Amino acid sequence: MRRLRIRLMLALLLVTALAGAGCGSDDNDSSSSKGGGDLVVSAAASLKTALTSYGEGFTQAKAQFSFAASDELAAQIRKGAKPDVFASANTKLPNELFAEKLVERPTVFASNRLVLAVPANSDKVRSLEDVAGDNVSVAIGAPAVPIGSYTRTVLAKLDAGTRKGILANVKTEEPDVAGISAKLQQGAADAGFLYFTDVEATNGKLKTIELPASLQPQVAYGVAIVKGTPKREAAQAFVDGLLKGAGAEALREAGFKPPPQ
Amino acid sequence: MRARWFAGALFGALALALTFLTLPVVAILVEESPGALVGSLDDPGVLDALWLSLRATLTAVVIIVVVGTPAAYLLATRRFRGRELVITLVELPLVMPPAVAGVALLAALGREGLIGGAIEDAGLRLVFETAGVVVALTFVAAPFYVRGAQVAFASVDRSWLEASRTLGCGEARTFLRIAIPAAAPGLLAGLALAWGRALGEFGATLIFAGSFRGRTQTAPLAIYERLGTDFTAALALSAVLVSVSAALLLSIKLLSGRWAFDAVH
Repeated sequence: MRRLRIRLMLALLLVTALAGAGCGSDDNDSSSSKGGGDLVVSAAASLKTALTSYGEGFTQAKAQFSFAASDELAAQIRKGAKPDVFASANTKLPNELFAEKLVERPTVFASNRLVLAVPANSDKVRSLEDVAGDNVSVAIGAPAVPIGSYTRTVLAKLDAGTRKGILANVKTEEPDVAGISAKLQQGAADAGFLYFTDVEATNGKLKTIELPASLQPQVAYGVAIVKGTPKREAAQAFVDGLLKGAGAEALREAGFKPPPQ
Repeated sequence: MRARWFAGALFGALALALTFLTLPVVAILVEESPGALVGSLDDPGVLDALWLSLRATLTAVVIIVVVGTPAAYLLATRRFRGRELVITLVELPLVMPPAVAGVALLAALGREGLIGGAIEDAGLRLVFETAGVVVALTFVAAPFYVRGAQVAFASVDRSWLEASRTLGCGEARTFLRIAIPAAAPGLLAGLALAWGRALGEFGATLIFAGSFRGRTQTAPLAIYERLGTDFTAALALSAVLVSVSAALLLSIKLLSGRWAFDAVH
């Protein structure tokens, strides 16, 4: 009798501990695809609007998204997370993961463009030159995030005076586009560099100042199926739909352009 | 027999808890070789982040102690209408997700916030400035101290305070000379928790103050920035942060243990 009770007690302890461990790993590893029929898609934060609406109508599997900065998602995959699909705000990261044999051959599925974004109710900044002016607060992406690296590409093409002026006004290097957008919407920053689609997603809170074509970097989005996914077919259908079909439509709706030719 | 199985169960539970709670800490320290960890600390950005964390948390802790100690004393020693409500309001940040704290601070003190315009007119900049980091840390960490201090003051023997007053000490002297020394171990424990919480603060700082090297990028923000590009550096900085927090907790534990010992003898 007493033995039994001890065993029960130990079993209970073990179950509690395991349940605890399970919860912990769920949090960090929401992109791992154990159990359930969900198709797990790790996608760049800037794809949120487009992919969420595509996912709602996707029938082959229930699409479950993990939106974050592309470099964070790639780091998770390198650390052993196994989503089924990885959609990045550049082609560099999927290509790197392909070279490391972590994902299948990537496909370019959309393009975007970089714009100068300013709060809709502010006239403080009307041109790229204004961004270098006195008392202007600028929000950009951290160097490791695609938006931050594209921004630095644009800045490198400017004349030295404007570039230095803008860099001196940079007050924050945000870890993802959501951070830049929030600082602009709240009026904390006067100007920031964002994707055109991010400005569209704010429903008029922000407005766009177009960059000259000569400054525009090629912003191409790459997608790849993660190697060893048990849901290969659904993953392929998801990627195909991004190129042609409901996914492509959702992307156009959100302001993305077809992949560069 | 009965006592033995119960003791065994207690021991088992502690062993499980200890394993579960320390395994990730151990992993931080052993995942890379010590050489690689030390090497990646050579990054000036890492040192800037640590230095900023130290300065900002110290400032926040000083503000918290100076304002929080008398406030907690009042809450612990006086009964007044709405006291429960006041205590709840003071403790609210404890249960607030850091992201909510950050958004709330922006909505209150941001440039277009409730009183943000007035603050800016007064010439004080918070968003994107180190002062903003201190504000975020103070907001998030203060309840840990105030709560601990309130409990500590409440458990001070009331007869000591009354004796002090009877012997002619004023309210202020009683507070400074009797209440604070008697409550010191509890005050220190609250301080350690608040400081630890401030050192680890991430969400509210990022949302309210932004992230800029040397000005608003504290150690947790620097860790997050390095995750995507340099996992080793992220680990190294994590290891330093964990060591500092552990040293802090431990030294305050030892100090307050000694204090309590001295008070008895």
